[in-house]
Amino acid sequence: MHLEDLAEQAAHYRNEEAHIEREVRVCVAASCQSSGALPVLDALKSACDSRGAGSCKVKGVGCMGLCSAGPLVAVADKECDLSESLLYRDVTPEDAPEIMASVCGAPVERLLCPTDQPFFSRQQRIVLENSGLIDPDSLRGYIAVGGYAALIQALTEMTPADVLREVTASGLRGRGGGGYPTGLKWSTIAKMPPGQKYVICNADEGDPGAFMDRAVLESDPHRILEGMAIAAYAVGASKGYVYVRAEYPLAVERLELAIRKAKRAGFLGAKVADTQFAFEVEIRLGAGAFVCGEETALMASIEGLRGQPRPRPPYPAESGLWGCPTLINNVETFANIAPIIREGGDWFASIGTEGSKGTKVFALAGKIQNTGLIEVPMGTPLRDIIEVIGGGIPDGRAFKAVQTGGPSGGCIPEAHLDIPVDYDSLKTLGTMMGSGGMIVMDETSCMVDVARFFMEFCMSESCGKCIPCRAGTWQMHGLLDTLTKGQGTRADLARLEDLCEVVRATSLCGLGQTAPNPVLSTLRYFRDEYEAKLLGDRAP
Amino acid sequence: MTLPPARPPLPSDDKRWKLVNATMRRNGYAGHALIETLHSVQDAFGYLDETSLRFVAASLDLPLSKVFGVATFYHIFMLKPKGRHTCVVCTGTACYIKGAGGLIEGVQEHYGIDPGETTADDRLSLLTARCVGACGLAPAVVVDGEVLGKQAADTLVPTLEELA
Repeated sequence: MHLEDLAEQAAHYRNEEAHIEREVRVCVAASCQSSGALPVLDALKSACDSRGAGSCKVKGVGCMGLCSAGPLVAVADKECDLSESLLYRDVTPEDAPEIMASVCGAPVERLLCPTDQPFFSRQQRIVLENSGLIDPDSLRGYIAVGGYAALIQALTEMTPADVLREVTASGLRGRGGGGYPTGLKWSTIAKMPPGQKYVICNADEGDPGAFMDRAVLESDPHRILEGMAIAAYAVGASKGYVYVRAEYPLAVERLELAIRKAKRAGFLGAKVADTQFAFEVEIRLGAGAFVCGEETALMASIEGLRGQPRPRPPYPAESGLWGCPTLINNVETFANIAPIIREGGDWFASIGTEGSKGTKVFALAGKIQNTGLIEVPMGTPLRDIIEVIGGGIPDGRAFKAVQTGGPSGGCIPEAHLDIPVDYDSLKTLGTMMGSGGMIVMDETSCMVDVARFFMEFCMSESCGKCIPCRAGTWQMHGLLDTLTKGQGTRADLARLEDLCEVVRATSLCGLGQTAPNPVLSTLRYFRDEYEAKLLGDRAP
Repeated sequence: MTLPPARPPLPSDDKRWKLVNATMRRNGYAGHALIETLHSVQDAFGYLDETSLRFVAASLDLPLSKVFGVATFYHIFMLKPKGRHTCVVCTGTACYIKGAGGLIEGVQEHYGIDPGETTADDRLSLLTARCVGACGLAPAVVVDGEVLGKQAADTLVPTLEELA
């Protein structure tokens, strides 16, 4: 298959829809489904049928971002301008006839959700460019917006070395949290002697408070497959696995369907797009273990073992799944690949900061007005994300801290909110990018209790293989528990700080090494709250 | 010449064993399909009992210790039967900040069960989860597979009461 053939197909699919005067898009990602999006979709479909055949189309689409206002419905009229859609919030099935009856220029005012607010206007969408626009279950829909063109381009017009060059030039860094340069990782695996190699997509989004990968998988699953296939071509792999959490049944379902459809259409399989390149993808389900987000534990889990990490080196690039060279990247990393191939690495490198290129998807949650999913260029100040895009703290309360990086990250106080967000700036604050969860806390949150919460998490998620983590998290949790109850002494606090250092320095894998981070960062910025709890003093 | 290991007979004529067998066959009875197989046992039977663990171990030619090790390592696998209804309270960070603790306390108080336990009449199991990914709707619970967002103890308990 040539690029021209695919472009022709895409044009054909777009033409088929040319007669549609009104397109109604209903968010059917998990969050809106929980708010009742499916009955809304059905009601709109029947209202559409009674409006007149063929002139309108109602479709389910992926995440539109503003989860707290779900179910969200977007209406695009040809008469006005198809690209300028109206957004309705908190839609119920009873609203369907009214929405369908409304005409261009006279929307249903009471349901309107302004799209010129900063939450939407300040975003720059690369990873989520199709999210909320295309039907995730439709391969045609993906092709119509230019899907799989990057894969065909790579296979027919580029050598694997060309692909590696573009990805390296893009400056893309691993979006799973580590921030390892993607081009470098790919090149290492490509240099390994030919033979069996694997590509793994890490979709074991275990950080509590993070739902970016889930939204990408549920909104645009083909893009992940396309990114994986391009990666496999570049490094010389023929087999891929997507390791997804079993807690994400909808994502698994959509991904399974996407794999089946891509296979049938020849974008996966023995001869991808009629070339000599072969690539198969299989799904592997997680089973509820946070540590399986660590790459060596993840591979153990794919091999059917307990998800326990092993020491590195050897790194997976050298000896990974079943001892073969293995490329592991996060969902969001793979989602960035197709645009990089399409627009070029230099284009991608022009976005973001010196050390962190491109955009980052963040999941805003906690005590914040606009909870949901956003994508902003790297380097956007934290204050803009929280106060402008996120709309600030509800109920007139005061901001206290924002937690990034999940159980491996830390809390950032008000004083540092003006920092531009990228991998390196967050590290200097004692936290990390992590996968992109941002939990906002207001003045009612007790930071000692927050530290205890994360330590409890790490304690119960510790795999038990190495002693510093297994015993250390247990001891630290005990100390934090004593402290939160106001029964701790100054000696307890000192012991806690010692333990943090020991566990950080001596644990086997990332889980243990970073488990002290929430404690260290809260101690750094909110030490007064710990002090106030000592000897039975009352805390805020 | 080595013969392939003999497959054990199905533990009973319960049709659900055929589903489990199908999963193992699809994966060529490979040992690395253990987690997939346990998932299918749990989907079919609701939990993993000793009979099923022994059957899976024998079928995949794995030591029982390894099968038991995997079954107990992963949180999702249950070794005890669940009640007719399940209420999973999300204890992820966003839900914690927004009051998941109060939801658990509400259920504990009303039914007298702790997380991981089932009521004496086998009606309801209370479970917790590490983030169900519905952070935009925090605090969230999953009742019989359906995610309910923005919950409070005084809305959750009546919902649970309405379950048959």
